[in-house]
Amino acid sequence: MSAVYARRRVVNVIALGLSGLATLIGLIFLVWILEITVQHGFSAMKPALFTKITAYQADGGLVNAIVGSLEMDLMALLICTPIGVLAGTYLAEYASSTRLGASIRFLNDILLSAPSIVLGLFVYVIVVLPMTELTHGRISFSAFAGSVALALIGLPVIVRTTDEMLRLVPGTLREAALSLGVPQWKLTVQVLMRAAFSGILTGVLLALARLAGETAPLLFTAFGNNFMTVNPLNKMASLPQTIYQYTGIADAALNAIAWAGALLITLFVLALSLLTRIMFSRKKVSYE
Amino acid sequence: MSAISAEPIPRDTEHRSRTDARHDFIFRLILRFCALLVLAALLGAALATLWGGRDVLFKDGLHFLLSSEWNPVENQFGALAPIAGTLITSLIALMLAVPVSFGIALFLTEIAPNWMRGPVSAAIELLAAIPSIIYGMWGLFVFVPFMSSIEPTLNDTLGNIPVIGALFQGPPLGLGLLTAGIVLAVMILPFISSVMREVFQTVPARLKESSYALGSTTWEVVWDIVLPYTRSAVIGGIFLGLGRALGETMAVTFVLGNSYNLTASLLMPGTSISSSIANEFNEATELHRSALIALGFLLFVVTFIVLLIARYMLRQLARKEGR
Repeated sequence: MSAVYARRRVVNVIALGLSGLATLIGLIFLVWILEITVQHGFSAMKPALFTKITAYQADGGLVNAIVGSLEMDLMALLICTPIGVLAGTYLAEYASSTRLGASIRFLNDILLSAPSIVLGLFVYVIVVLPMTELTHGRISFSAFAGSVALALIGLPVIVRTTDEMLRLVPGTLREAALSLGVPQWKLTVQVLMRAAFSGILTGVLLALARLAGETAPLLFTAFGNNFMTVNPLNKMASLPQTIYQYTGIADAALNAIAWAGALLITLFVLALSLLTRIMFSRKKVSYE
Repeated sequence: MSAISAEPIPRDTEHRSRTDARHDFIFRLILRFCALLVLAALLGAALATLWGGRDVLFKDGLHFLLSSEWNPVENQFGALAPIAGTLITSLIALMLAVPVSFGIALFLTEIAPNWMRGPVSAAIELLAAIPSIIYGMWGLFVFVPFMSSIEPTLNDTLGNIPVIGALFQGPPLGLGLLTAGIVLAVMILPFISSVMREVFQTVPARLKESSYALGSTTWEVVWDIVLPYTRSAVIGGIFLGLGRALGETMAVTFVLGNSYNLTASLLMPGTSISSSIANEFNEATELHRSALIALGFLLFVVTFIVLLIARYMLRQLARKEGR
């Protein structure tokens, strides 16, 4: 009898020990990756990064890539925020229990983890190819196409957050407004969206955090550019795409610039996700 | 006859309610249009990649899937090597990430003291926030040299086991399918573990307490009560991780080695669907480009099915709870 007890106790101790070890493994990889990024990135920091363009290669900087990233991220947000917020509102307020609503919600969850490289190919086929055709090759790859691709990455995040945040608004608020004879669009825009504003804003920031680090969808849409441009119809450099390019070349000076860019982007993305976590530590939505 | 005179509704009120109704209708239409755009994005991605890859998909058909000959110079496109690479690296990632994720979820829900749970789970989820290009750089500059330093040991130990030994035989390049699989495992770890952690928390305390009252150990409660109760959602979480691993590009492109040779060894360089596309698309022309878009279509269809299963399994538990 006691042998059985002993065996069970040993199994238990081993299992619990292994689970602690698993957690330790996860944390070690986190620290390892962050430590390497900070160490390499910090030692490669130099003022030229923020004043010179990538055309100078090893003697140059990243300023055109930084400007390009900011511009494309902003344009992507301008595209996906209105669409995402309105779509999320539709799901929460008009289709919370309809078949159409359920299937859109379901497919939005799939879009949330769809491979980003395929979204890049999609935008290549529907934006880059037709533009090339229409302008006889004068405009092909463009920052606009890059922004559309990034917007597709951010869209499902905003839809989901808006949907969940609006459903957290108490029903009494809706009933009170409707009983005063307020039309539903006014109720939605002036009461519900205001009540859920901080939640929706969190969604937008989370979308930004996700799309700012994306590389794959930019390769065949914005393409890259060694010179400074702000025209959305030009090819445009971005931070992730420049990092990708510089990492693939066996040249220590270019690799160092890539690490500096990697540190910038990691800091930006981690700061955003920490900010949203602090802003929104109570109402939790999961983004798997 | 005394009539009860009802006050007639003022004209402008009636007018107002009519315009309100019209505005509501338009508003609703706009919202519905935006929601349908989400559907259009998914459908469009499938159709556009199918269209872009039509030259190869319809010309070569099954040959495209089954041939391992990939030679852009002679317009030979067989997708077997990238497909095999994607599947093998994703499977390695799952085999490593699932037990570790389970351990993390178990630790965070049953073992860790309360003060530790918040910070540790936040740290693990931070792994998911790191951009994939950073995983790629870390993989190439740090993890590849590390792997090439331990691969001779792998040759001598795992490599000598009968049957599976061939998998671990090879030169210590550091690059290869095994390395890519491990990097992917680290990437999908936070996704699987956070699903597991969340669903483990939904198990009614009464069930667990009953089991403890009968004298179960913590491990027995987790293995015999928590896991069966959450089985469908746990499988859903695993499929969610698989979906991520299949489509991941930047983390694997640098560490795979970009080789179209099919070998038995996991230590040899390989390629995957996403890394082939990323590596070759901008230099490709005509049929080559079409072949790459066709690969994208394949990837999209496979991940779509995997994610569909994942979401369906995750719904099962939610339904059980009446949510």
